[in-house]
Amino acid sequence: MNDKRPVNLDIGTMRLPITAWTSITHRASGVFLFVGMAVLLYILDASLKSPESFATLKECLTSPIAKLVLWAVVAGLIYHSLAGVKHLIMDFGIGESMQGGVLGARLVIGLSVVLIVLAGVWIW
Amino acid sequence: MVRAVTSFGRSGLSDWLVQRVSGVILLAYFLFIGCNLIGGVDYIAWKALFAQTWVRVFSLMALLSLAAHAWIGIWAVLTDYLTERLMGTKGNVLRVALQLLVIVTIFVYVVWGVQILWGY
Ligand code: HEM
Repeated sequence: MNDKRPVNLDIGTMRLPITAWTSITHRASGVFLFVGMAVLLYILDASLKSPESFATLKECLTSPIAKLVLWAVVAGLIYHSLAGVKHLIMDFGIGESMQGGVLGARLVIGLSVVLIVLAGVWIW
Repeated sequence: MVRAVTSFGRSGLSDWLVQRVSGVILLAYFLFIGCNLIGGVDYIAWKALFAQTWVRVFSLMALLSLAAHAWIGIWAVLTDYLTERLMGTKGNVLRVALQLLVIVTIFVYVVWGVQILWGY
């Protein structure tokens, strides 16, 4: 190694490639989902407790804010799952090249957008 | 060698594998729930679905997978950012405190889930 070369390890000053973006958003979506699971558990609770709480829940889920929260959690789940599956595929040694990584990242983003929009249509 | 005493399996390879297996179980479970919801459900059908033993067992499996997956996942995040190298001693204190909070939350999720599945 030529140790006279300048070294920059400050990630804040770098332009992130698409693979880095899918990586950090996979992480962010994972943390978000951990909190989001409380919402899903709450919904499952209300949906199974009694016919009355089921009806109340249904009523509550007609409000735009409730729909938005649910959509956000579902969107996180869709993105995190697709990026997770990409991880599994790469663990099998598929698509580990530079081009493969970029293609994988593009596929994850593209598929996520489509599925998240569809989920939004379904919720509304 | 430094021992990672707060990791899930005390071994990186074990955590790596558990993270993947639990991810696949969670994905299968959410697809299953999604398939059941997509056409819309009423209370009777929904309740009947969760009255079946295998659905409860599958749900519990997903719940325990979530516990392991979240433990390993959040551990990876915390040990990357809240470290002595980045923040000094404060990093250690903050990391262990948050790790404890996460573990308590996971415990609450599991107990709550069991209560939902078998309590009603
Ligand atoms: C449902 C709730 C879920 C939560 C709360 C969750 C949370 C997390 C978190 C916090 C991480 C750590 C991220 C990192 O280290 O950068 C993670 C990683 C991971 N998740 Fe999830 N996840 C969930 C569901 C799923 C699903 C459905 C899959 C589908 C396959 C999945 C696959 C993965 C994989 C493969 C990793 C490891 C990534 C790596 O090694 O860097 N997860 N998850």
